[in-house]
Amino acid sequence: MRRFLDAVGDAPRGVRIAGLVALALLAYALPLLNPPIITTPESDFRAVLFTVASYALVALGLNIVLGYAGLLDLGYVGFYAVGAYTVAVFGSLHGNLPFPLLMVLAVCITTASGLLLGAPTLRVRGDYLAIVTLGFGEIIRLVALNSEWLNGARGITGIPRPPSVELFEIPRLTWEGWVAYVDLGDKSVFMKFALLDATPYYWLTLTVIIFVLFADVLLQRSRVGRAWEATREDEEAAELNGVPTFRFKLLAFAMGAFVGGMSGALFASRQGSINPEPFVIQISILFLAAVVIGGQGNRWGAIVGAIVVAYLPERFREASEFRVLIFGLALLVLSNFRPQGLLPPRRRRRVNRETDRKQQMEGGVVHG
Amino acid sequence: MAETTVDRAGAHRAESAPLLQMQQVTLRFGGVVALNEVSFEIHRGEILGLIGPNGAGKTTCFNALTGVYQPTSGQVVFDGQPLGRRKRYQINRLGIARTFQNIRLFQNMTARENVLVGADAHHRTGVLNALFRLPRHRREEAEGHRLADELLELMDLGHRGDDLARNLSYGEQRRLEIARALATKPKLLCLDEPAAGFNPVEKQRLMDLIRRVRDMGNTVLLIEHDMRLVMGVTDRIVVLEFGKKIADGRPEQIQNDPAVIAAYLGVEDDES
Repeated sequence: MRRFLDAVGDAPRGVRIAGLVALALLAYALPLLNPPIITTPESDFRAVLFTVASYALVALGLNIVLGYAGLLDLGYVGFYAVGAYTVAVFGSLHGNLPFPLLMVLAVCITTASGLLLGAPTLRVRGDYLAIVTLGFGEIIRLVALNSEWLNGARGITGIPRPPSVELFEIPRLTWEGWVAYVDLGDKSVFMKFALLDATPYYWLTLTVIIFVLFADVLLQRSRVGRAWEATREDEEAAELNGVPTFRFKLLAFAMGAFVGGMSGALFASRQGSINPEPFVIQISILFLAAVVIGGQGNRWGAIVGAIVVAYLPERFREASEFRVLIFGLALLVLSNFRPQGLLPPRRRRRVNRETDRKQQMEGGVVHG
Repeated sequence: MAETTVDRAGAHRAESAPLLQMQQVTLRFGGVVALNEVSFEIHRGEILGLIGPNGAGKTTCFNALTGVYQPTSGQVVFDGQPLGRRKRYQINRLGIARTFQNIRLFQNMTARENVLVGADAHHRTGVLNALFRLPRHRREEAEGHRLADELLELMDLGHRGDDLARNLSYGEQRRLEIARALATKPKLLCLDEPAAGFNPVEKQRLMDLIRRVRDMGNTVLLIEHDMRLVMGVTDRIVVLEFGKKIADGRPEQIQNDPAVIAAYLGVEDDES
């Protein structure tokens, strides 16, 4: 596994880009291919794909906060909820803005909420920050639950969908054993946003993910990314070397909120209706698990983590009664044998390699 | 050699006010008085040694003048401006950089990245500049890398740029800290026991390095235990004991100062 990852990491630029493009195309084609083994027999594969994509988006956002800047945010679901509720409130309950405008508004409001939460709380560190953010997540949910203006527990329905442009129909495949048939009775319309077929939502979310990935790379490889990392490594040393750590932590918080809000907005639109119920603390923990399982500080790790957290339970629904148990055990195993996550950042892997080499040298093991 | 450096420092002194003034700085932690009305000056272009037995308040002094602690009373004036309640990164940008007694690098970043963080102290690239790779980003990135390469070379770390800080040897880590501090383009470089744990050869090499850094136009404040070493490299020495300044003068004067001998050399003569 490690050798494979290193090979990927060391591959020439052209090869890597080609690989990524192929991967993206495959991802876009997934709901149409409906491939056996990968598909989810007991739930709508397209809906699962959308869920996985929105988790991946959230994980990417949280990875900025947790992985890059090292801020333990246990209330990340709060931003997700703010994004979702913004779309619902201004698109249905107290207004009827069109979706694109709602998206912009959602992003603005979640980013503002990130700044608002961060400004007083980022002065505390570590465990204290975790507690404060935990409270934030719960407060958002409780406000939604108890506010008449937000329709309380009844929730909000009739949330607008993105404008549909029905250009053409794409048939999907159905499989009998290993033989594929083109199913002309079950087509996806490009792009018709509706309740039944989640495919267009999945495509939209995937596109957003790709944009976020680009932005993520550009930010990480700049002064901003370095400042985040330095702050995570040693806040005081960073500060004394001219890094305004507070400002950069706040920035990480805002960027994370930005991405989380987008995911929440997409989620609300896809659902068509929302209530406070899904924005519980467990979801925050699940988001966190995605980043930690995947490998903090690695954007691909965050995506892999999101797949593990959102897809596997749907794929193995047979074992659904033991889902939480299996999940817990898997986490235990992982934290024991691979505490840095499935896909740790490249540099972390490099350290491991170096350590191995040193141990080999010190142990006097000679390889022919 | 020593003579010429003193003359150089003297020339600088004549043309301008002190770079840094500690004015009656007192620092209390509860009942403990870590610094007791300490006053001294650092002149432009000199290497000032700050010495004293363990617990004398040397590192506390560093902390007071880099903004880690606020003086209980008294003030630090740097380049004509009182530091006041400035934040640490602002003090760094004013021109005070430091290293740490116990190495505090960004362990999981490469040597070059460590230096780049220091260079970024004077950069202003933000999210927009980075996202759209605007000219500012490209200019500052190029400038930072050039400076980083230069400083790594100066600190004899040219071949280690792409290695993680944690994989560097102890001596290399100490030098990398100096490179990182220099990257912030300080007017005053504060080194907290940069030669701790070095053997005599390494120490000598480091002292040559410090002299070179000074000759490049920096002012250096140096905490060091090794008396012989301090005598060799500094232009002037301030001696602390129990939070109070007990002596301040040229190395030869310090060497013969009875108070210093009693407090420092006398007590710890078996240490060297």
